[in-house]
Amino acid sequence: MNVDYDEKDKLLTFEITEEIDHHWSDKMRRQVDNEIERYIPKTVVFDFNKVSFMDSAGIGMLIGRYKAVKMLGGNLEIRNVKSSIRKILEMSGIPKIIKIS
Amino acid sequence: MQNKYDNEMNLEILSKSNNEAFARVTVAAFVSSLDPTIEEMADIKTAVSEAVTNCIIHGYEGREGIIKINCKISGRKLIVEITDTGKGIENVDIAREPLYTTKAELERSGMGFTIMENFMDELKVESIVGLGTKVTMTKNIKEN
Ligand SMILES: Nc1ncnc2c1ncn2[C@@H]1O[C@H](COP(=O)(O)OP(=O)(O)O)[C@@H](O)[C@H]1O
Ligand SMILES: [Mg+2]
Repeated sequence: MNVDYDEKDKLLTFEITEEIDHHWSDKMRRQVDNEIERYIPKTVVFDFNKVSFMDSAGIGMLIGRYKAVKMLGGNLEIRNVKSSIRKILEMSGIPKIIKIS
Repeated sequence: MQNKYDNEMNLEILSKSNNEAFARVTVAAFVSSLDPTIEEMADIKTAVSEAVTNCIIHGYEGREGIIKINCKISGRKLIVEITDTGKGIENVDIAREPLYTTKAELERSGMGFTIMENFMDELKVESIVGLGTKVTMTKNIKEN
């Protein structure tokens, strides 16, 4: 996972390069929460361009991060989602709460 | 002895989370002889990942145990059985409902069984409290 923070726009971007399953999301969650608390960003972006696999562990992780970001007054966005992953996101109603662009 | 299936594979793994990827990739490699589409392959990997993860977090609750994965091919049909000898499920009908989870504190979404059901053609869940759980999934791979 690559992390980038743009001070000017208070934009924190996580480019995810791993497969999002239970094993990896347990690790990722800690790192993401640390960065969010450090910067208190206005916008957090998960760039899914390099994500080739996600199961329901990703759903729980995304909803959890959505709540964490909201609590600190920011917004969460997901970008560049592949069609196989979009299917899971839609099945679990994620697009209704998190902006996907 | 003649096997009544066209092909069969057995895999036993320890209930460690780093085996989740290994399990789904191995099942995907096994079914590749049927030449599935990228989408069918993704569906199978996701369903296997769900079932194996459930054995680890719910069946064994983080303790060490063995997960058995049996895969068979019959014609263009893949049959996957995933078994643990963990704590079992009291009420399978309730457990299968979308969004139902007993581990919300671990940020589980309760979508595992829903995904298995939607991504595969059939899903059967058999469980006995104290003895364990067996999930059987089948998927017909389309001719292309
Ligand atoms: N192998 C298993 N052993 C024991 N309980 C299980 C097993 N698989 C599923 N369950 C139970 O069924 C519930 C629903 O499973 P699932 O749909 O995958 O959602 P989640 O894993 O997000 O909780 C789990 O919360 C758990 O209580
Ligand atoms: Mg699950």
